[in-house]
Amino acid sequence: MLGSIIASGLAAGAIYALVGITYNTMFSTSRVMSFTAGQLAMLGGVFGSLFMLKMGMPTLVGFALTLIACAIIGVITEFVAVRPVLRSLEQHLYVLSTLALALMIQQVTAIKWGTEPQPFPRIVGLGTGVWDEKFWLPVVACGLTILGLEYLYRRTLVGHAFMAIAEDNFAARALGLPERNLRVASYALAGVIGGVAGFAGGELMLAFFANGALLNFYGFVPVALGGLGNNRGALIGGLALGLFQQAANFLVGGIFSSVAVFAIFIIVLLAAPQGLFGSATARRV
Amino acid sequence: MTAITDIPTSRETTTRHSVLPALLPFLGVFMLAMILPFVSNDYWALIGTRAAIYWVLVAGLNLVVGFAGHLAIGYVALLTLGAYTTSVLAAGNVLPPVPIYGALVIASCVGAVFGVIVGLPAMRLRTFYFAMTTLGFATIVTQIALAWQSVTGGGIGIVGPEFSAPFNTPWGFYYLCIGFAAVATWLSANIAYSRFGRALIAIRDADVAAEATGISKPKLLVSIFLLAGAMAAFAGGLFASLQTYITPDAFTFDLSVLFFIAILIGGRGSILGPMLGTIILTILPEIAAPLAAWSTFLYAVLLLLIVLVMPGGIAALLDFKSRRPLASNRAIVPRIAGLAEVLRKTATTKTLTLRDVVLTFGNVRAIDGLDLDVKPGQIHGLIGPNGSGKTTTLNVISGYYAAKGGTITLGDDALPPGMPELRAGKGIARTFQTPRVIGEASVLENVMVGGTIEGEATFAEALLSLPRHHRDERKLTAQARAMLGVVGLESLADVRADRLQHSELRFIEIARALMLQPDFLLLDEPAAGLSSDEITRLGVLIKAISRRGTGVLLVEHHADLIFDICDQVTVLNLGKILAAGTPAEIRVHKEVVSAYLGG
Repeated sequence: MLGSIIASGLAAGAIYALVGITYNTMFSTSRVMSFTAGQLAMLGGVFGSLFMLKMGMPTLVGFALTLIACAIIGVITEFVAVRPVLRSLEQHLYVLSTLALALMIQQVTAIKWGTEPQPFPRIVGLGTGVWDEKFWLPVVACGLTILGLEYLYRRTLVGHAFMAIAEDNFAARALGLPERNLRVASYALAGVIGGVAGFAGGELMLAFFANGALLNFYGFVPVALGGLGNNRGALIGGLALGLFQQAANFLVGGIFSSVAVFAIFIIVLLAAPQGLFGSATARRV
Repeated sequence: MTAITDIPTSRETTTRHSVLPALLPFLGVFMLAMILPFVSNDYWALIGTRAAIYWVLVAGLNLVVGFAGHLAIGYVALLTLGAYTTSVLAAGNVLPPVPIYGALVIASCVGAVFGVIVGLPAMRLRTFYFAMTTLGFATIVTQIALAWQSVTGGGIGIVGPEFSAPFNTPWGFYYLCIGFAAVATWLSANIAYSRFGRALIAIRDADVAAEATGISKPKLLVSIFLLAGAMAAFAGGLFASLQTYITPDAFTFDLSVLFFIAILIGGRGSILGPMLGTIILTILPEIAAPLAAWSTFLYAVLLLLIVLVMPGGIAALLDFKSRRPLASNRAIVPRIAGLAEVLRKTATTKTLTLRDVVLTFGNVRAIDGLDLDVKPGQIHGLIGPNGSGKTTTLNVISGYYAAKGGTITLGDDALPPGMPELRAGKGIARTFQTPRVIGEASVLENVMVGGTIEGEATFAEALLSLPRHHRDERKLTAQARAMLGVVGLESLADVRADRLQHSELRFIEIARALMLQPDFLLLDEPAAGLSSDEITRLGVLIKAISRRGTGVLLVEHHADLIFDICDQVTVLNLGKILAAGTPAEIRVHKEVVSAYLGG
C-alpha cells in the first residue's frame, strides 16, 4: 500500500505543482492570479483525448497540437481577461474577469465535450502496477518542465527579460523591454505548461470538464503554501499536497482527505499569509 | 449658535424626504411580487419562489461581496449545508425529528458557524485567496454530501422538509418566501445603512483609514460572516423544501455563480441593484428556454461585460444624482465659530511623549532615537527633508509600525506598539499624506465613519433597527453635518467623495478625524496641494482646534505655515533630531537653515 500511496501521491502532486507553476508563470509578468490555470490543465487532457482518440492522430502530433491549442487559450486569457483590467485601478477586477473566462471555458467544454469523464489513450505503454506510466509520466513531465524553465530563466535572453519584468515592471519598461509582448509570451508559456500538466496527467484524471475547477483549487494550494511566484515552493508544496492527500485517501477515506487538505490550507493561510517560502508583504501606509 | 441647534430638526425632515424615494423601488418590487399570483400560473410560482429564496441568500452575501468587498464565490456551499441540515433534522434520520421551523433555526446557526470558518482567511487576505477558499469549501461540501451516505443519502438524496398548511401549496409557499425575502431585505438594509455598513465600506476602500478610526476589522467581519452564513443556510432550508427532494446534483457551482454575479451586476454598495440582479438572472434562462443549457456561459459573459464595460453595475445606471455637475467655482470656507459647538473642550492634561524611539527597516534606521513631547492645546510642528522620518514617526505613534526600541506614552500609560485600531479609543486621530477617503460613499458618510466607535448600539441592535441604533444615527449625522460646516464643506455633504477636488478631500479627512473628539490630532502634510488661500484658512482651522485643548502634531513642508501657527517645532534629519525649540529659535538655527530651509 505504501507503494501505491507514494506512486499516486507523487503523480497527483506533480500535476498540482505544474498547475501551481502555471499560476506563477502568469503571475510573474502581470501580477495576476488567473482562474484559467486549472482550466488549461483540464483542456490539456480534453484536447489530448480529442486529437488522439477521437481524431486518431499519432501521439506526437496530438501532443504538439494540444500544446499549441493551450498556448492559444493562454494568449486569449491575456487579451480578454488580463490586458483590459491591468489599466484599471481596481485591483480585484482580474479575479472577476479571469473567473468569467474560466467559467466560459468550462461551460463550453461541458457542452461540446460532454459532462462524463472520457478515456485518455496510453502514450508510451510502459510499466505496470505502481510503475504504471500514468503514475510516472506526470512526475517526469514536471521534472522536465522545471528543468526547461530553469534553463529558460537562467540561460536565455528571453528568460532574463521575464525575470526583469517579474522583478520590477516599471524599471524593465524603462530599460526598453517590450513588456506587453513578453506578457503575451508568458501567457502562451503558461498555456503550454498547463497543457503539459493535463496531457501528462490525462491517464490519471481522464478527460473530464470538472477537472478544471478541482485543479484550480488543488493547484492553488501549493502556490499559497509556497508563496506567490515561487516555483520551488510550488514544487515542494505540490508534491507534499499530493502525498498527504493520497495518504489520507488510503488511510481514512476520501472525504476526510479533502477536509484535511482544506483545513490545512486555511490554517497555513492564517498563520503565514505570505506562504511558507514567500517574503513578507509590502508596506501599506 | 441657533444655527447649530437648528441642524437636527432640519436634518430630520430632509431624511424623511430622502428615505421615501429610496424605498419606492422596493415597494414597487414587493407590489409586483404580491400580484404575481393573480396574473400567472404555478410555473411562475416556482420561479418567483426560487427568486425569493435566492434573494434571502444574496441579501446576506451582498454585505460580504458588495459592502465588505470580499469575493466570496462559493456560497452555494452554505446553501447546500443549510438544505441538508434542515432536511436531515426534519426527516429525523439521525436524531429525533425536529419541527421544520426549529430545523430552519438550527440550520441557520450551523450556517453562521461555517460562514465564519470559511471567512477566516479574509481577515488577513483579500481577493484571490478568499475567492479560492470559498471555492474550495464549495468543492468539499459537495464531496461530503455525496460520500456521507448514512446521513445525506449520498447520490440518492433525501426528502426535503415540508411546511404545514397554509404554506404547503405552491402559492402559499411563494407568499411565505416573499415574506422571508422582505425580512431579509430589511435586515440587510439595516446593517448596510448603519455605522457597521459604513465601516464595511471603509474597510473595503480605505482600510488603513478605517483602522485609524478604531474600526476593528476582525470583529466586524465575523459579525458579517455570521449573518451572511445564517441567511444562506436559512435560504438552503427553504430551497430544500422547494425542491421536495435534494441530491448533491441540485447544488451545482452554477448557483454560486448566479449569486455572485447578481451582486456584481447590481453594483457594489447597493441593495436594490443586487435584488434586481437576482430577479433578472433567475428569470433570464426561463424566458429564453434554448439558453437554459448555456445559462452559466451567459452569466460569465455578463460578468465579463460588467467588469470591462460597466464596473458600477445597475446601481451606477440608476444613480442619476451623481451625474449632475457640481459647481465649479466652489471654495472651502471653514466656519471656525462653529467649532466650539461640535468639538468638546478637551480636558486632558496628558502629554504624548516619545522617548528614544527607534525604528529600523533592515539596515536603514528610519527613526534613530527620537524624543518628542506633544502637549495638549499646543501645535507641534515636525519638519525635515524628504526621508527624514516625519511620516514614519506619525506611523509609529498611530501604530502602523511597531517601534524597535524606546517608549511612547500618553500621560502615564504606555501605548502598545503596533495595533493601529486601538489608537482611536485612546483619543488619537490622524489624517494621511494621500487622503484616504471612500470614493463611493458620500462626503457625509465619510465623515460619519470617523465617529464609528462613538456609537453605542450593538450589531444586533442595528440589525433589528432598535431605538438605540436610531439615536446613534441621529447623533452621528447631526455631528457630521456640523463638522462639515466647520471645515466648510457643508454644501457637498451628499456628493460622492470621488467627485471632489484634492483640497476638499484634505478637509474631509480633518472633519473625519475630529469626529473622534480627539485629544491628539496627527496631521500628515495637510497643506500639500492646497492653494495659498486654502493654506491660510487651514492654518486658522488648526489653530482653533488646538485652542479647544487638542494637541496637534503637524508634519508639513510649508515652512510659512509651520512658523506661523506652531508652538514648538522639531526638525528631523535622517531619523535624528537636528534641532528642537520655538519657531523663532528654529528660524535662525544655523544647521536647519543650511540643511533644510535654505538661506
